[in-house]
Amino acid sequence: MKPRSKRLVLVGVGVALLVGAVALVLNAFQQNLVFFHTPTEVAAGKAPTGRTFRIGGLVEVGSVQREPDGVTVRFAVTDTAKTIPVSYQGTLPDLFKEGKGAVVQGRLEADGTFRASEVLAKHDENYMPPEAAHAVEQAHKAGATVKP
Amino acid sequence: MIPELGHFSLVLAFVLSLVQAVVPLVGASRNRAALMAVGRPAAQGQFFFVAFSFACLTWAFITSDFSVEYVALHSNTATPLYYRITGVWGSHEGSLLLWALVLALWTVAVTVFSRHLPDVFLARVLGVLGCISVGFLAFLLVTSNPFERLLPGAPEGRDLNPLLQDPGMIIHPPLLYMGYVGFSVAFAFAIAALLSGRMDAAWARWSRPWTTVAWVFLTAGITVGSGWAYYELGWGGWWFWDPVENASFMPWLLGTALIHSLAVTEKRGAFRSWTVLLAIGAFSLSLLGTFLVRSGVITSVHAFATDPKRGLFILFLLVVVIGVSLLLYAWRAPRLSGGGSFAFVSRETALLGNNVLLSVASASVLLGTLYPLFLDALGMGKISVGPPYFEAVFVPLMTPVVVLMMFGPFLRWKGDTLGPVLRRVAPAFVASIAIGVGAAFAIGHATPRTMLGLALAAWVVLASAQQLVARLGERPGAASAARLRGIPSAWWGMWLAHLGIGIFIIGVTLVGSLNQSLDVKMREGQRAELAGYSFVFRGVQDAAGPNFDASRATLDVSRSGVAIATLHPEKRLYRAQGMPMTEADLDIGPFRDVYVSLGEQLPDGSWIVSLYYKPFISWIWLGCALMALGGIFAASDRRYRKLAERSAPAAAARQAA
Amino acid sequence: MKAKFLVPLFLFLGLAGFLAFGLTLNPREVPSPLIDKPAPAFTLARVDDPAQQFSLADMRGKVWLLNVWASWCVACRQEHPVLVDLAHRNLVPVVGLNYKEVRGDGQLDARGMALDAETGLAVERARRWLGEHGNPYMLSVLDIDGRVGIDFGVYGVPETFLIDGNGKIRYKHIGPITPENLQQVILPKVEEVRRAG
Repeated sequence: MKPRSKRLVLVGVGVALLVGAVALVLNAFQQNLVFFHTPTEVAAGKAPTGRTFRIGGLVEVGSVQREPDGVTVRFAVTDTAKTIPVSYQGTLPDLFKEGKGAVVQGRLEADGTFRASEVLAKHDENYMPPEAAHAVEQAHKAGATVKP
Repeated sequence: MIPELGHFSLVLAFVLSLVQAVVPLVGASRNRAALMAVGRPAAQGQFFFVAFSFACLTWAFITSDFSVEYVALHSNTATPLYYRITGVWGSHEGSLLLWALVLALWTVAVTVFSRHLPDVFLARVLGVLGCISVGFLAFLLVTSNPFERLLPGAPEGRDLNPLLQDPGMIIHPPLLYMGYVGFSVAFAFAIAALLSGRMDAAWARWSRPWTTVAWVFLTAGITVGSGWAYYELGWGGWWFWDPVENASFMPWLLGTALIHSLAVTEKRGAFRSWTVLLAIGAFSLSLLGTFLVRSGVITSVHAFATDPKRGLFILFLLVVVIGVSLLLYAWRAPRLSGGGSFAFVSRETALLGNNVLLSVASASVLLGTLYPLFLDALGMGKISVGPPYFEAVFVPLMTPVVVLMMFGPFLRWKGDTLGPVLRRVAPAFVASIAIGVGAAFAIGHATPRTMLGLALAAWVVLASAQQLVARLGERPGAASAARLRGIPSAWWGMWLAHLGIGIFIIGVTLVGSLNQSLDVKMREGQRAELAGYSFVFRGVQDAAGPNFDASRATLDVSRSGVAIATLHPEKRLYRAQGMPMTEADLDIGPFRDVYVSLGEQLPDGSWIVSLYYKPFISWIWLGCALMALGGIFAASDRRYRKLAERSAPAAAARQAA
Repeated sequence: MKAKFLVPLFLFLGLAGFLAFGLTLNPREVPSPLIDKPAPAFTLARVDDPAQQFSLADMRGKVWLLNVWASWCVACRQEHPVLVDLAHRNLVPVVGLNYKEVRGDGQLDARGMALDAETGLAVERARRWLGEHGNPYMLSVLDIDGRVGIDFGVYGVPETFLIDGNGKIRYKHIGPITPENLQQVILPKVEEVRRAG
């Protein structure tokens, strides 16, 4: 091959590769981004159904209950304005506690329960995951402060 | 007193780093031997003072000197001695000090093993390393002084984060930093070459062992970190695509590309500007990783407390170091194009293809890591990018890399004809597809992912075998021992590292396809079954560690009536921080791990237990170990030593003249 | 052809600009939505004498700081000398909101503890801590269950609120106060609010 045509082939292959990679990345983003919603947004019906997303806030005090099988847990996540019931099967993280911040990933069921596939708890005693903090902030911003 | 000595010694190190940064560079540009000669003693002195400072901090930890704030926040009198020592790098300030120490160590290594380098070149390398050192020591002194006093001293310390109280954490950060920071040497070589305009095969040959050794450390560091996450986080995962993990993985990907690109530059003189760009890129990603971890711009389970001032400082450092080097690159690199020409079908093309793919993969990880920040910045909502994104991008990008990786070595440098090579590799290629599909059906998990993974692994193993046979057949007539010895260790390095990838793929594929887990409520004497293993819960006893109290469960594991292991997973409560921790226990086997972690106790007295069956997970670590071993072989190739011996007299002659 | 060698530089500069912007989005620096809104009303028992109550209305007409603290909070210890120093200089009154003294402490299990017992323990712990480290507060009040903290949107301890004479929140500082933020941000804000009010 002549140097000129060789260069053309190389550039062509490079461009094709880049386009492929970009398409791949965009497609992966499209399908796999996990959006974050506050309980208030979920209650207002702004959250998608049939798609995984995250909610964050405080685990409502007194809401944690275990099913008889011992493995299924029910609790409620609140941003102090609205409260979303959550069910989860599996082991809770060490730092999961009532009244503390948590972020929960999963899907919204038709009955309004959030079926969690993953529960992330506040990582350190003096600090809340920023997402949970964000939810509480949002609720305040909406002026929806309620006295618990 | 000792903390003040440590602080003072850090200031002295900073002054010496300034000298090391400025004087040799000035000497090199004016060609003054006396100025250039300053670099070596300045670097060694700087190392001494940083090491002394590090020793002072370690001493404060060992003696539990809680009048030092950093010690008070990350240690405790009840913490075992080894975790008091590793507590030194348990948080921000100390790990930065470790960063500086490792950088100084690499610099000293350069001064010791560089007798064969021309003086001007060495002066520039040391000057560039000095500049980086100036930046990091200033960062330490200005924003993150680990010797800050807490007066009056605390009566007791807050203890090290329990997650970090683990043997894996003793060696993980030093290994990782040796890798991260090691790329600074390749970076300094590249900048020195840009400054001098000399960028030839000799340059690539000098850089190669340094780059490879740094890569070995990084590989080992990432592996240990992954192993730590596997058994310490308590739910059996081994890679989470967490931003902090990605921060170490991106430089690894570019570093891998760099090693291969350097090979081409050394052998064929080609890809020169590309190689330089990769050297700058690998180190830039190390710095970027440091920024992401330290500044708190990204939410991560590992992220340390955020401090905008620190973030700004590192960002400034990042912009200066990377910005200046890329500017230099834009100015000088145009002179470097050209070099060895090669045909479309050649080993160069295969390596170029892999380089591009690895760089794209690295960019896609960067994009996934930064995307949440990006959307947040644009006010488009809060999102997280999880493992599904990375897997969706990574598998299609890495598949051609693995295919090319085993295809490349069959091709000749410069140019080859496709027909005969294809005929040579076709049987192995076809066979591996058949093996992949067949094996996936045989294990009863015939998904595309499993077939692809097993086929790729088979391809790596078969092609490796074929390459070995071909290599041994090169000197017919010689005794087989002589033939083995005749193969240079660089070749063994490549062969082992590539084989390691194959083993790694087997582990990843099978643990992904066949792993089983069960969360179950158990009380004393109860039995649970998983993947043919039966687990009998023997109850929970209280146990006390040096700085924690634990509930310690006992489970007997057996398979078809044969006892296999007794496991003791624990639920610990670390006293000083009141932080609960799950400590899993596992039985490691060559073909499977059995992994048990203890959940919480229920009001009726029973316990939640998580049981995991992890087939072939050890193969992941084994594969990584082979890659690292391959790197060691490659770096210890005789020709690097010969090069040193050969040029030593020449250098001596030059000095005498 | 030369231009292509500038591409990496420009890509990097774009990234750096974006990261610089990211730094300003630091999650701890988010301004409170309560800024310039009336502070949530509360009436709570005092640490020095739990029989006495203190309420937000008692401070009407004054510009003051509400500092959220707890004895289990490490960062509070860090900022404490700054507050003690501020108290010596008598520049602005500081009221302490002792936040979840007992149930916020991860080392204690407050479940099942009677409220009286919890209050008693909280008073004892809070007083001991103030005795050890100095008491910069005009007074401190007990937010046993953290409700007032939640109303104020507290999501980490320590936090400090600047409240004006009309009972409006004018500024919120998240995390420990350093001498620099006190001098360069908080005190000037206090002056500004005083002049405006």
